[in-house]
Amino acid sequence: MTARTLAATGSRDVGRRVLGGLLYPLGLPFLVLVCWGLASTGTTNRFFPGPLAILSAFRETWIGPAFVDDVLPSLYRLGLGIAASIVVGVAAGTVVGLSRGIGDVVEPLLEFFRAIPPPVLIPVGMLLLGITDTMKVVVIVSGAVWPILLNTIDGVRSIDSVQSDTARSFRIGRRQRLWSLVLPAASPRIMTGVRQALSIALILMVISEMFASSSGLGYRIAYFQRNYLIAEMWSGILLLGLVGVLLAAAFGVVERRVLRWYHGSRAIERA
Amino acid sequence: MQVPSVRRPRPRKVLLGACGLVGFLLCWQLVPALGLVDPQYLPYATDVLVRLAEELRDLAFWRRLGFTMTSWAIGLTVATLAAVVLGAVVGLVPFLRRATHTLIEFLRPIPSVALIPLAVLMFGIQLQAALVVIVYASFWQVFVQMIYGVADVDVVARDTARSFRLNRRQRLAYLVLPTALPYLVTGVRLAAAVALILAITSEMVIGNPGVGRMIELSRSAGDAEGLYALVVLTGLLGLLVNIVFRLIERRSLAWHQSVRGEAP
Repeated sequence: MTARTLAATGSRDVGRRVLGGLLYPLGLPFLVLVCWGLASTGTTNRFFPGPLAILSAFRETWIGPAFVDDVLPSLYRLGLGIAASIVVGVAAGTVVGLSRGIGDVVEPLLEFFRAIPPPVLIPVGMLLLGITDTMKVVVIVSGAVWPILLNTIDGVRSIDSVQSDTARSFRIGRRQRLWSLVLPAASPRIMTGVRQALSIALILMVISEMFASSSGLGYRIAYFQRNYLIAEMWSGILLLGLVGVLLAAAFGVVERRVLRWYHGSRAIERA
Repeated sequence: MQVPSVRRPRPRKVLLGACGLVGFLLCWQLVPALGLVDPQYLPYATDVLVRLAEELRDLAFWRRLGFTMTSWAIGLTVATLAAVVLGAVVGLVPFLRRATHTLIEFLRPIPSVALIPLAVLMFGIQLQAALVVIVYASFWQVFVQMIYGVADVDVVARDTARSFRLNRRQRLAYLVLPTALPYLVTGVRLAAAVALILAITSEMVIGNPGVGRMIELSRSAGDAEGLYALVVLTGLLGLLVNIVFRLIERRSLAWHQSVRGEAP
């Protein structure tokens, strides 16, 4: 085989690979959109507008002042709630995980609190704190903190005993042990907890705004629905979906950075 | 030797756990008693527990609980059946797995509660509206587990099945399903918890009859005792669902290594 034919087959392979690489991820979503568009023009059901109508409603509704009035406050509450959940969950989880005694005392309580469906806390928050931003953040934290807390406890408890014995025999100080042994060793579990917490936080943000708010994504979507602004409502659902997807993607990036050593060591083990 | 002590929790642990529970109730009782929070907003623990006991004797309460658990059960069943079939098909056909990947990754993170307005428009204040939300939320839990599960077949086992010339049905029954079962059961356990959350949430937001609506009603009526009693109840309900499904998981996977706990 000459160099030329080799190059030719190589380029054809590359072309096919690029085509396959685009076709696989984008083919089905495109098909679904086309079918949806065709179906929506064919029927008289006004609850399912076509993708183009939704897209134009999306542009008109969310790009502009609504972004500042509704989207940013929602994202602010969500971000604050997630950050507070992580801080509280990891701190409390480390304390509980390191001490058997405390763990035994609080464990049944924690199991109970985790089992409470988080949206039920919204009426309680409204009763205790009124309809405020604080209430929404507190509700988000009180729902999202449990998976982080319980996973941190598990992670801290399952530290390799050789490692903790080594740290002890080298007389590594309490603080250094915390930062360079306990938290890194527990981080895979902590990240698992954070991933679960993200979706709970998003749900709580939406519902708390649907319930008690005059701004925010949840409020807006419920408002559109009550006023039969169908395309606008769909655009809100689309936006929430985008927030969810972006949140998951951002988490994926952070997780890969934080747990790079972990995935690396797993890959070596498997090889 | 170790097995009984692992199975049965140590008495010290139970005692400490009970101490924690009593301590928590004591704190709860003290906060309104010391005037830190107005009892109108945080009623006494004793009053709430008495109220809970009263509710448990009320037939109307059980009927509402029945509504909630009915929508939970229907939603969970529909979601599980759909997810098992679709998950197995998508997981077993590499072409489908590649083609559906983007769509799944986009649809899965959409918070199910975003669909509540749509469900209300489509079905009104009815069980079906709640079911849309419940099924959507719990479907993904099982579906994703199922896709991973059927793809996780051991290479040696697969080659063995091939060299023994197991036909398609036999491969499905003796190779794929046993491999996927641990994943499936975990998915169903997660889905059961999610379905309960969404069943109660949709009653709160949509207003179809059930425990969730009772919570919303007692909030708007300013009935703090009733509200807290119901919150405690939903916690107990969630705990019950978790325990039952963990038991099912353990039973159905008694043959599996992760439960048998033997060294590989």
